[in-house]
Amino acid sequence: MAAPSTVLELHGITKQFPGVLANDHIDLDLRRGEVHALLGENGAGKSTLMNILYGLYRPDEGEIVINGKQVAFSSAKDAIAQGIGMVHQHFMLIPVMTVAENIVLGTEPTEAGIVLDYSAARDRVRDIAKTFGFHVDPDARIENITVGQQQRVEILKALYRRADILILDEPTAVLTPQEATELFSILRNLKAEGMSIIFISHKLNEVLDIADRISVLRRGKMTGTIPREGATETELARMMVGRDVVLRVEKPPHTVGEPLLEVEDLHVLDDRGIEKVDGVSLQVKAGEILGLAGVDGNGQTELVEAITGLRSPTSGTILVGRNKIIRHAHARTMLDAGVGHIPEDRQRRGLVLEFSIAENIALHDYRFPPDSEKGWLFPRRLIERARRLITDFDIRGGGPTTRAGALSGGNQQKVVVAREVERDPKVLVAAQPTRGLDVGAIEYVHRRLVAERDEGRAILLASLELEEILSLSDRILVMFEGKIVGEYPPTVSEEELGIAMIGGGKERAA
Amino acid sequence: MSEQQPAGERPTAAPSPQQPESPYPRTFVARLSARYRVGGVVTPIFTTIVAFLAGGIVVGATGHNPLSTYRAIFNGTGLNWFFPWVLGGDRATAATNLQQTLILTTTLILTGLAVAFAFRCGLFNIGGQGQYFVGSYVAIFVGSSWAGLAGPAHIFLAVTFAALAGAAYGGIAGFLKATTGAHEVISTIMLNWIAIWVGNYFFGLAGPFQGPDQFNPISSTVADSAKLPVFWGDPQLQGLHVGIFIALGMLVVFWIVLNRTTLGYEVKAVGFNPDAAEYGGISVKKNYFLAMAISGGFAGLAGAMDILGWEFNISTPQILFSNIGFIGIAVALLGRNTAIGTLFGALLFGALYVGTSTRQLDASVFDPQLASNLTLIIQGLVVLFVGADLLIIGFWEKIQKGAKAVARKAPA
Repeated sequence: MAAPSTVLELHGITKQFPGVLANDHIDLDLRRGEVHALLGENGAGKSTLMNILYGLYRPDEGEIVINGKQVAFSSAKDAIAQGIGMVHQHFMLIPVMTVAENIVLGTEPTEAGIVLDYSAARDRVRDIAKTFGFHVDPDARIENITVGQQQRVEILKALYRRADILILDEPTAVLTPQEATELFSILRNLKAEGMSIIFISHKLNEVLDIADRISVLRRGKMTGTIPREGATETELARMMVGRDVVLRVEKPPHTVGEPLLEVEDLHVLDDRGIEKVDGVSLQVKAGEILGLAGVDGNGQTELVEAITGLRSPTSGTILVGRNKIIRHAHARTMLDAGVGHIPEDRQRRGLVLEFSIAENIALHDYRFPPDSEKGWLFPRRLIERARRLITDFDIRGGGPTTRAGALSGGNQQKVVVAREVERDPKVLVAAQPTRGLDVGAIEYVHRRLVAERDEGRAILLASLELEEILSLSDRILVMFEGKIVGEYPPTVSEEELGIAMIGGGKERAA
Repeated sequence: MSEQQPAGERPTAAPSPQQPESPYPRTFVARLSARYRVGGVVTPIFTTIVAFLAGGIVVGATGHNPLSTYRAIFNGTGLNWFFPWVLGGDRATAATNLQQTLILTTTLILTGLAVAFAFRCGLFNIGGQGQYFVGSYVAIFVGSSWAGLAGPAHIFLAVTFAALAGAAYGGIAGFLKATTGAHEVISTIMLNWIAIWVGNYFFGLAGPFQGPDQFNPISSTVADSAKLPVFWGDPQLQGLHVGIFIALGMLVVFWIVLNRTTLGYEVKAVGFNPDAAEYGGISVKKNYFLAMAISGGFAGLAGAMDILGWEFNISTPQILFSNIGFIGIAVALLGRNTAIGTLFGALLFGALYVGTSTRQLDASVFDPQLASNLTLIIQGLVVLFVGADLLIIGFWEKIQKGAKAVARKAPA
């Protein structure tokens, strides 16, 4: 029945969770030597489907056929035995062990049955790495290698266990653009060696880059499987979201006004006392989006925290409008000066997940009328305002008294955005505003940022997503090792920015 | 490095099954309240019943009849006073017993609130005992040395100063936490011992505040003008004093502060997520201090209720053996750190202590030596099972975790 080139078939997989039909009669087939992308918004059912395939969940209905044989998995062990390997988004590696030790873990070659035969382990790892064209040092400790390399170790681990079907769960989420490119070349090698790969993602461009065929899930249903040839981002986005999505941000030209945020020669230390911001000066004017690009960990986080009053700078000045704030700022000082902040980690900073939507929307303004008067809080007024904002900002998944933690990521972010924008800030600092959001929510946040720019706010956008920086910014600053190493117009190429981000920019050379 | 990178990306996309809760509740309080939400009001009731069943097995193992033992305990609490068919002498005894139960409930409500309020700010106040003592000492001092004041004024001053003293004492731990990061569990335990030994010195033999009796380590007795009026029962026989209304009022105050003031909003925000509170412009340190001070105020008030309501003086053995502040922890945990829960928790523990005290238990049911131990066993079991209900909810959650993980990221 199955074509000889088909290694895996899923027929009518259905999985019901209380209140949610996570997978609704899903069919999928995987051919030998292909990269098959599984595309879908957060919560579309991708992870559930893959967890079923990897033996972590049992389907309510449907069958799994591997190499023409029907199989039933009761644990991940069964799946591994059938040649399925999975690389999770969060790596399962032991930091203090070497690459080779991690790879052989659980199936160690032994001497006399008890002692780990380390040299045998190393040799085997080396052999596999060579076969598939990897570069890893088997003796390196996991804690000393980069995230990109750790991911390769995870892939090697699967190969070591003789996987010929590899599932990659959002593999690029943790990688820099350069590392992602390297990963893709590795995947092409694997493909050439006859491996079959399921590539889970919600990023359209990379799916079009690497996949041979693309399957799209929406709300637990398979919307379709199409070959890469002829597929377009617009088409895929429509399949994912169920309506037309504007991928390119509509950004009418806008006149810039007075500088609203001025940072001068700012120095900031991180928690460990290391100087992460080393003399940064910048200006953001009314009606402008200033993009702050950089590889994660080059001081953007500390800079944003200093500007928003969450971290005291060691020296330098910050001006908001005409208020001069020098040192020992408190978040309240900055809020009152007119700085809004969409924090990079909405669940840690941006929201009290146990609080209701209404309470979260009041997080800054609870101390002013109408929310409160003379220390008395008026929950009903909080709820009234929340009700209005829920409509205005199209927050779905609950009412004013719903816990923020019960909302999806996109709707949580909408709560944050609603709160910050509602305060009518002069300056809006948006850090990774679309991290972890799906296409529909990203579109929303982008449109909103542009709209706020057009309202005459000064917007500082710090993002690790180059595309986001390029499509939204009016000017782009690149940060590297705590310094601003270059300023670029939005017409700059992604390559040029990428080089500047790793310290090879023109300004630095000069 | 290796752990940093993925951690920084943690909140993205769907949680993997290995870390189902990773982006979710962060602080202990937030985690606990998530658990509580799963169990609702059912689990504390259920676990209390299980604790009594287990206690019954222990009683049975000692060769006594669990049913008659529990009936004796129940009658010892005086709760049978509510049964209309209890008449005559039994009724009088029941009334006396119920008064004792409610006197203890009064104190436990307040020491329970002392734990619950700090808890809502993410702090574990183990120092209720010390704050209770400090309140007691001040109540004795004001109550015994400012004689001559008019009754209501004397009571008001004694109660107020006791509460303020408790607040100041609790505030020390909050201040240390805010300024040096000293963990409040450690500092409050140390402060407990300081309060205990200072009390031993104060009221011990030849101590500066020893009462007129030179041969006994007992404080002075509070003046009649400072004693809380007894409104039910015989004042000479330790009837129920009006402190119960103060305690009930404090339950209302607790609820109002938490739910209807900006202070309560800040306290809860800090308790659930200090990072987000800081981001919201709330001073985490200020709230640590305030929450501990308010908690200490409740405990200090508890001390005043006992001193002005029925003890009237304090002896050093009493100081060494009191554990009323610690029972407050069990009350708050059983009561889910809410006002209404604390009320029922205090009532349960108050009844349990009075009902199982050797004085109340009928010697014909079982002999006094055994009674005192069984008392401890049953009390211990209740505390144990109150803790265990978290475990039960934990298991429950584990079974449902897969479902919940998916439900959480369900399409909106």
